[in-house]
Amino acid sequence: MDKFTKLTGIAAPMPLVNIDTDMIIPKVFLKTIKRSGLGVNLFDEMRYDREGNEIEDFVLNKPAYRNAEILVAGDNFGCGSSREHAPWAIKDFGIKCVISTSFADIFYNNCFKNGILPIVLPQEDVDKLMDDANRGANATVTVDLENQTITGPDGGEISFEVDAFRKHCLLNGLDDIGLTMEKSTSIDAFEETAAQARPWV
Amino acid sequence: MSPKTLYDKIWDAHVAHEADDGTCLLYIDRHLVHEVTSPQAFEGLRMAGRPVRAPEKTIAVPDHNVPTTPGREDPANMTEDSAIQVAALDKNAKEFGIHYYPVTDIRQGIVHIVGPEQGWTLPGMTVVCGDSHTATHGAFGALAHGIGTSEVEHVLATQTLIQKKSKNMKVEITGKLRPGVTAKDITLAVIGATGTAGGTGYVIEYCGEAIRDLSMEGRMTVCNMAIEGGARAGLIAPDEKTFEYVNGRPHAPKGAQWEAALNWWKTLYTDEGAHFDQVITLKGEEIEPVVTWGTSPEDVLPITATVPAPEDFEGGKVEAARRSIDYMGLTPGQKLSDIAIDTVFIGSCTNGRIEDLRAAAEIVKGKKIKDGMRAMVVPGSGLVRLQAEEEGLADVFKEAGFEWRLAGCSMCLAMNPDQLSEGERCASTSNRNFEGRQGYKGRTHLVSPAMAAAAAITGKLTDVRELM
Ligand code: SF4
Repeated sequence: MDKFTKLTGIAAPMPLVNIDTDMIIPKVFLKTIKRSGLGVNLFDEMRYDREGNEIEDFVLNKPAYRNAEILVAGDNFGCGSSREHAPWAIKDFGIKCVISTSFADIFYNNCFKNGILPIVLPQEDVDKLMDDANRGANATVTVDLENQTITGPDGGEISFEVDAFRKHCLLNGLDDIGLTMEKSTSIDAFEETAAQARPWV
Repeated sequence: MSPKTLYDKIWDAHVAHEADDGTCLLYIDRHLVHEVTSPQAFEGLRMAGRPVRAPEKTIAVPDHNVPTTPGREDPANMTEDSAIQVAALDKNAKEFGIHYYPVTDIRQGIVHIVGPEQGWTLPGMTVVCGDSHTATHGAFGALAHGIGTSEVEHVLATQTLIQKKSKNMKVEITGKLRPGVTAKDITLAVIGATGTAGGTGYVIEYCGEAIRDLSMEGRMTVCNMAIEGGARAGLIAPDEKTFEYVNGRPHAPKGAQWEAALNWWKTLYTDEGAHFDQVITLKGEEIEPVVTWGTSPEDVLPITATVPAPEDFEGGKVEAARRSIDYMGLTPGQKLSDIAIDTVFIGSCTNGRIEDLRAAAEIVKGKKIKDGMRAMVVPGSGLVRLQAEEEGLADVFKEAGFEWRLAGCSMCLAMNPDQLSEGERCASTSNRNFEGRQGYKGRTHLVSPAMAAAAAITGKLTDVRELM
């Protein structure tokens, strides 16, 4: 997995609430058996018309945001299906950090598995960053995971919370499966006890 | 010992390792797999040279993009990429030695219907699947939730999941439901009350008289949509109805093991005085048959209501409501029961079980669907289909003008050829009304099976109580 340490980039504003995974990556693109290549179809139905032409006023089509690496979004981002194609598409597009007041549970988990940092902030901080993001390419935002801070274009600093274990994994690009396998004696022991207690499972 | 909730009990029984910061390895008893969210996970195993740790606890079935029309076992009748995914599942199931129900098997169906039907899902278990509606299995008092593909790979490789414990929420539905009101109306009404993010960070336990009164089918409908309320999982404590449903199923315990299992299952309830971080109570008598008007499952109103105006909302929801109303082609103030419907879809893991088909057939019996209406019934599994045929329900539907399909997810997410066209309006028993969910620019109103049947007859959203 790619490491996430410090990111300085353009933030794109998407104030819509309840952006669901069907919007992030419509189901027609779920038929792949690969993880890569979904970036061109990120937000497909909002981004392109039926003929495949870009819809000009969609945020990621605007010149200022075509290289956005941070997304500032409305409440409950990523609700809906469990499809990991959503974070795969976001990552493939080049976005590495999503900021909102709240995320859907499965989406939030899926981000960490793919080297994306989802950040939950209070409404007023999100509003502030949404304003910054609205200023376009002239304004970059810096996300520092080590110090858990976000620095806006005017230098104002916002701090954020992140689970210590997940932070450690992101900073070091650690693969969950490898880490869990180091605990295989615990799993073996659990299986043995459980087989006694609940042999029907 | 301090009193525990049902969730606490199941959680405690499955912690294989706990780190100092509270991060746990939760042991997984059943892992269900389907063709859309698993190929990359198996590929990952292959690349790392890892086996499936517990193939005997892993069950695979293709459901999301298989066609529901005859001849579907022939890959030529599938789109190329669907055929590739189904072929990949075939291959992975064989290569890794996991239980498998191919499309040619009468037991094939939607993964969340097959699991309980075959007795794979049992009380007190942990159940996961790369699909958010895994919450369905919570109806058995199993801790069940959806996971992403990386987690699918993690469970395949280690039979565990890295988890932190959620908070406890109690949703109590008191009293009796009134006629025409079903499990679907309960679960939609709860989401209407909490919002789609209301359950985020929680595991919900549904309880109260109206929940106890539900059949296992109804309880599965309620838990199925826990995820639409944002919760990690929904749970209902097992009782005699649960045990009776499970008893005799192919993979349920037998003999002495059954007795042992039953003894443990009977301890699976929330202790008196256990702590809930949040409690929500709805009165069963006050729940009405509901429909959704917008493009989020929280956009719920009684069928007797009118389309709201964006100004009725606050904050970010104003813009979302404006977008929804526009997308849905509605006018604020319009009566919901005046909305004309083009298509009716009865099926999905929310409402594709035998009881759902019975409830719909009851309304349809002896009537014809409205001229020009497209209406289809897609049973949730081959066995549900067979039973419905034996009970004469299939004939009721066919005589009324419904299409009678083979089992699968079908128009619930429209990955197979069953899709809405642009602007087409559907009364659907599925669980999501998101933009484009049932087809590009398609418009979805979520309803119960009885309400869907009523809409098929009258050609518009209809208060089912008028047809009873
Ligand atoms: S029926 Fe719909 S919700 Fe259920 S598993 Fe299939 S696609 Fe998902």
